[in-house]
Amino acid sequence: MNKTTIPIVKNILNANDQIAEENKAFFTNKNILAINVMASPGSGKTSLILKTIEHLSHECNIAVIEGDTAPVTIDADKISELNIPVIQINTGGECHLDALMVRNGFSQLDLTNVDLIIIENVGNLVCPAAFHLGEHFSIVIASIPEGDDKPYKYPNIYRRIQSLILNKIDLQPYVDFDMDYFRKGIEALNPGVSFFPLSCKTDEGFEDWINWLKDKLQDNN
Amino acid sequence: MHELAVTESLLNTASEYAIKNNAQKVISLNITIGDLSNIIGDSVQFYWDMISEETICENSLLVFKRIPAKFLCQACGNDFEIQGELLPCPKCSSMDLKTIRGDEFLLESIEIEKDLEEKE
Repeated sequence: MNKTTIPIVKNILNANDQIAEENKAFFTNKNILAINVMASPGSGKTSLILKTIEHLSHECNIAVIEGDTAPVTIDADKISELNIPVIQINTGGECHLDALMVRNGFSQLDLTNVDLIIIENVGNLVCPAAFHLGEHFSIVIASIPEGDDKPYKYPNIYRRIQSLILNKIDLQPYVDFDMDYFRKGIEALNPGVSFFPLSCKTDEGFEDWINWLKDKLQDNN
Repeated sequence: MHELAVTESLLNTASEYAIKNNAQKVISLNITIGDLSNIIGDSVQFYWDMISEETICENSLLVFKRIPAKFLCQACGNDFEIQGELLPCPKCSSMDLKTIRGDEFLLESIEIEKDLEEKE
């Protein structure tokens, strides 16, 4: 027997990245802007998506991909009620969406005339950070009740985003949330990232987020 | 985090290269993990032992090399390695840092056993 070393030097997440690139090319080709929404459970991902639809659906066509670990259609039903094409992907317990799941999802949607596709990732601040889906932009929704230390505890997810939303700012008077400490963490991880403190409940700050999204939609056309 | 998915990907890649190179079996895999990659070697090893059973990689050894994160200070141009996260530039105390290394998860190489006669 003969022992040999075979050099490989391959990024192990490459297979996913390759499919993600194909997804992105597909979206770009069809002039669809794709956004990957990541957050912990309960931060208001679905609320933000619903409210974004409310603000934008009169000027552009939106479709939604919902990632969930369990086969409950609570989130997808809410979006469906707004007559928005939506597909739910059950990850079967898996902690994140990957590019292949997203491809299987969007291939079941009628994307004719769609301008914006919003992908709601599984509620998790760890795993989604490692898996590109083919999005043009990634965003994280943080929220006041989660606490100001999240950038320090889950740094990876904050590093690769283009926009950060801080939801539930209407709760700030009731929660010990040190805004300076939070922002300092964000600035260290992702200097200059677009930052939108807002409340899906009161609508405060929501316009700035919508304007950011409109700019991106315009650039995409 | 998602070590099972990562380990399956590792098995696919290693097996593909082993078969392509006419290996009889895989002896070891050299893997580089960046400190920022959130991948735990022990968990990968745990899944590896299970999923590599009855494959060309059965009983192979995973050899991990961890590499520290490296940052580039955007303010003064200093590049430095650091253990913890979110520490300012040791030279100028700026927090405006760019990650230049540390999120890798690479399969560098595999060691395989080949049948000599077959080769000739």
